[in-house]
Amino acid sequence: MELNKLKGLNNKLSLNFHRERIPTRNGYGDALVKLGRNKKIMVCCADLKESTRVQNFAEKFPQQYVEMGVAEQNLVTVASGLSAAGKIPFVSSYAMFCPGRCWEQIRTTICYNDRNVKIIGAHAGISVGPDGATHQALEDIAIMRALPNMIVVVPADYEQTKKATQALAHFSGPAYMRFAREKTEQMTTEKTSFTIGKAQVLKQGNDIALIGAGPVVYGCLVAAKMLQEQGFNAMVINCHTIKPLDHQTILMAAKRCKKIVTVEEAQITGGLGGAIAEFLSEVYPTKIKRVGMKDRFGESGDPDELLKIFGFSAEHVYKEALKMLGKKI
Amino acid sequence: MKKLTKLSDLRMMAEIIREDIIAMLGEAKSGHSGGPLGMADIFTALYFNVLKHNPQKPKWEGRDRLVLSNGHICPVQYATLANAGYFPKKELLTLRKLGTRLQGHPHRTSLPGLETTSGPLGSGLAQASGMAYAFRLDQKKNTVFCLCSDGEQNEGNHWEAVMFAAKNKLSNLVAITDRNYIQIDGNTEQIMPLDPLDKKYEAFNWNVKVIDGNDMAAIIKTLSQARNNRGKPLMIIANTIPGKGVDFMENDYHWHGKPPQPEEAEQALAEIHAQEVNERGDWYDKHIKLKPIHNGTK
Repeated sequence: MELNKLKGLNNKLSLNFHRERIPTRNGYGDALVKLGRNKKIMVCCADLKESTRVQNFAEKFPQQYVEMGVAEQNLVTVASGLSAAGKIPFVSSYAMFCPGRCWEQIRTTICYNDRNVKIIGAHAGISVGPDGATHQALEDIAIMRALPNMIVVVPADYEQTKKATQALAHFSGPAYMRFAREKTEQMTTEKTSFTIGKAQVLKQGNDIALIGAGPVVYGCLVAAKMLQEQGFNAMVINCHTIKPLDHQTILMAAKRCKKIVTVEEAQITGGLGGAIAEFLSEVYPTKIKRVGMKDRFGESGDPDELLKIFGFSAEHVYKEALKMLGKKI
Repeated sequence: MKKLTKLSDLRMMAEIIREDIIAMLGEAKSGHSGGPLGMADIFTALYFNVLKHNPQKPKWEGRDRLVLSNGHICPVQYATLANAGYFPKKELLTLRKLGTRLQGHPHRTSLPGLETTSGPLGSGLAQASGMAYAFRLDQKKNTVFCLCSDGEQNEGNHWEAVMFAAKNKLSNLVAITDRNYIQIDGNTEQIMPLDPLDKKYEAFNWNVKVIDGNDMAAIIKTLSQARNNRGKPLMIIANTIPGKGVDFMENDYHWHGKPPQPEEAEQALAEIHAQEVNERGDWYDKHIKLKPIHNGTK
């Protein structure tokens, strides 16, 4: 299968699971260590230093590291104050707790107050696995996307998370970035560019468009390969910025393919699928199938098992695409 | 800006601000009465004597920061800012109206002089703590003042910030609690008891001072010393009378969240104005711009 000529895309990508996989959150930690030379960059943590990968930053730049304890409301409001005094705070916790616990504070003291705070939700999606539904943030994209003056970024892999972190540091204004816990296949490389708000067409095609956000983009590529074996040419788009949505690229995909499958590790309401459906229904009504969590909670289990059971796997995306293409399975 | 140093001048200024508050609320026909009137003395002391600030340069980096956590008392902040010269006084009568910079609850980017956006309770102290933390880190001398209500201390976010400020020994943070013992539904001690509030802050490792928040001499004395606070953050518990200056509003929780009706506003203005005339002396000759906005001030 031929991937797009997107500069620096990992063309050696083996479209099977269990190849070289790195947790996306490592990209966050590694980027922060590079950013730390800028004294304005600060990292605020709510007792999750190791698992949100800010430990190295804390060791290298102890002056710029603030430990808040288990207090997510304070996490974001203190960060708002740091920003008021000229700092660029990155606040990180599990997405379920931040933004989950402190949404109103984010709305009032960061968005409406226009403060340059970066909110990082780790362990998002179903892939938190064994911790169970209490810790599986599936609504974070919807609640953050609804906020005026907030951007929402969902990077697909380690490299992209690294680049997105750097991009957010240079972007002035409130931002939310979420990533998963599990290790993820490497689709992008050091050379792959990243621009907030600019979706990446990973593979050209004209029969159906598979549009994903986050590590599930890899599943879209695998599904495209399976579709190719059935004689269908699928377009694959990595829509890493859900807000602002890349209208141009989404409209191009709709016009060319006429059929769209959206894939996200989140509730199908209010997330990537919702954003695309809202946009296209107004400008170019297109048949869309949203793959994601269907208005229910998750449960404990092995991440790969959960992805299969709840219908996020490549196999599932493939089947949904085939159905849309009118082919019986 | 030019400070008011005489206690009599500060008291006079507070009366003018009270008159402005009543005029604003009467015109807006909505908003909170009790808290703004109770805090007029402290706001006057801060903006006309204590704070380092410059109304002509509201973003001057060397300014002290004043974070208003209980945003619903914003009429007193608006009236004080206008009198201090941040924006034209006539704009006070646009409070809560369509297109106004004086939003029902303060919106920082709408109006010069505001340090934050507030309304939802319990998150101002955390923001003030963040500012104080950053200033100390950068070895800057700015002092951060945070005004909180007592009712909002029902909120968990507030106590998270209390712990954070104490942990980090933010001595450049001065918080003032408007201890007026009322909240919307009744007396604070019936809704969710806070006493002994001073002991609570001591136990949380704060320096604590308790003052009469309507006694200008006590306010000026305590706030002027606050800049020299050392070792711990400072909490000033200011016992105030909600609705101060208007007999039928004082200490009545029903006035927490409602504005006066036209005839009530008239009565309230007459009451405060009589007090003002009593204290005025040659004030109008010395302070040409500082007169109440309502009609009928002779």
